[in-house]
Amino acid sequence: MFAEKVIELLKEAERNQDTIDPFNDEKIRQILEEMQTLFKMNMNDANATSENKSLWTTVQVRHSALERNKRCLLAYLYSRMEKIKTLRWEFGSVLPPDVRELLSDDEYEWFSKYSTNLASYMRSLGQDIGYSGIDLTENLRPPKALYMEVVCAADYGKLELSDGDVVMLRKNSRHFLPAAECQTLVRQGVLKQIL
Amino acid sequence: MDEISDIVVSDEEEEITADVVLKTLQTAWQNERLAPEILPHNNDMVECMLGQIQHMERNINKLPKTDLRASIHKMELSRIKFIICNYLRTRLNKIEKYCIHIMNDEKQRIETGTNYLTLAEFKYTQEYIANMEGHLKKVVLDKMPGNMKSLEMNKMAVYPNLLTHIFLKANTSINGVVLEDLVADQDEEIDLEEGSQHILQYKPIADLVKNGKVQLV
Repeated sequence: MFAEKVIELLKEAERNQDTIDPFNDEKIRQILEEMQTLFKMNMNDANATSENKSLWTTVQVRHSALERNKRCLLAYLYSRMEKIKTLRWEFGSVLPPDVRELLSDDEYEWFSKYSTNLASYMRSLGQDIGYSGIDLTENLRPPKALYMEVVCAADYGKLELSDGDVVMLRKNSRHFLPAAECQTLVRQGVLKQIL
Repeated sequence: MDEISDIVVSDEEEEITADVVLKTLQTAWQNERLAPEILPHNNDMVECMLGQIQHMERNINKLPKTDLRASIHKMELSRIKFIICNYLRTRLNKIEKYCIHIMNDEKQRIETGTNYLTLAEFKYTQEYIANMEGHLKKVVLDKMPGNMKSLEMNKMAVYPNLLTHIFLKANTSINGVVLEDLVADQDEEIDLEEGSQHILQYKPIADLVKNGKVQLV
C-alpha cells in the first residue's frame, strides 16, 4: 500500500505526545525513496497516457499518494519543531546530552537558530530605555513567595545572587533562596523545591 | 510615549500614572490571554513599566535587607515582572502559532501604519518563518521528486478561530453591535450597556477589543 510507512511514522510520533522520540532517520529515508519510485512510475505512465487513457487513473492515485506523503512528512517535522521549542523554554539554550541525542543534526541546527532568534528578541526588549533585555524564560509561573526552600540534587558549585552573596550548592544541602534566582536551576533539575 | 515620560518626571504624579500604566498593562495582558488572535502591541506601556521597575529596584536596594518594606515591594515587583513576561510570552506563542497568517496581515498593516507587532516582534517573526522554511526544505522537501519540492506556505498556515465565544465586559455604552447570523441570514443588532457583561462571538467585537471599548474577562 502507498503511504503506509508515513502513517506508521505519524502513529509512532503520536504515541508519546509529551516527550520527544529519537528522530526516525531510517523511516524518513524509506518514505522519500517510496516517493521517488512513485514519481518515476508516474513519469513513465504519464508519457504513455497519450496512447492509453486507462493509465490516467493510476497516475492520479499515485499523485495523491505523493501528496499525502509530503503532507504527512511536513506534519511530522512541524510537530517535532513544536516539541523542540518547548525544550528551549525548559532547558535554556544548552540541552542536556541525553535530550540532544534525540534530535537529528538538522533539528539541532534549527534549535540553535530558534534559540538565537529568541535570545536576540529578548535582548532587544526595553533597549530604548537603557534596559539590557528581559529573560522571558524566567517567571514562568506566577510568583507565590519571594523565597523558597530548596535542596540540591547535584553538585553545582558556586551560585552568585544578585545582591552579591555567594552560595555554595553541594549535593543534598538545603538552602533558602530568592525564588526568582533559582527557578532556572529548579527547571534544570539542579535544585528541588521542598514543599 | 512622549506623554507618559513627561508626566513621570514630577514626583507627586508619579504614583498615579504608574498605577494607570499598570492597570492598562493588566487589561492588555488579560485581553491578550483571552483573545484568539494577536492584538495591537502596547510597547509604550511595557517600556514605561520597565522604567518604573528599574527605578523601584534602585530604591529598594537603598533599604537595608531586613526592612519589611523591601520584601513587600520586591514581591509586588516580581508580580509586575511576571505580568510583563507572561504578556510578551503570550504574544510570542501566538506569533509562532499563526506566524504565516500574522505575517501576511502585518505586511498590509505596516503600509497603512497600523502595525500590531513591535519592530522586534516583526523581526522575530520573519526570522522564525525563515528558519522553519529552511528546516523543512533541508530535511525533506529538497529530497523529494521534482513536482513535490515546493513549500506552499499558505496551505500550512494555521488560522486563529475568530468564531470562538468569549466573555466580555463593556467599558462604555455601545449601540448597534451587529451580530451576523450565518444560519438564517438575519443579522441581529444589540446594544451593550456600560459595565454589562456578555458572552459573544469574538469576531463581531474584535474591533471593540482593539480600541478598548470592551475588555475580555
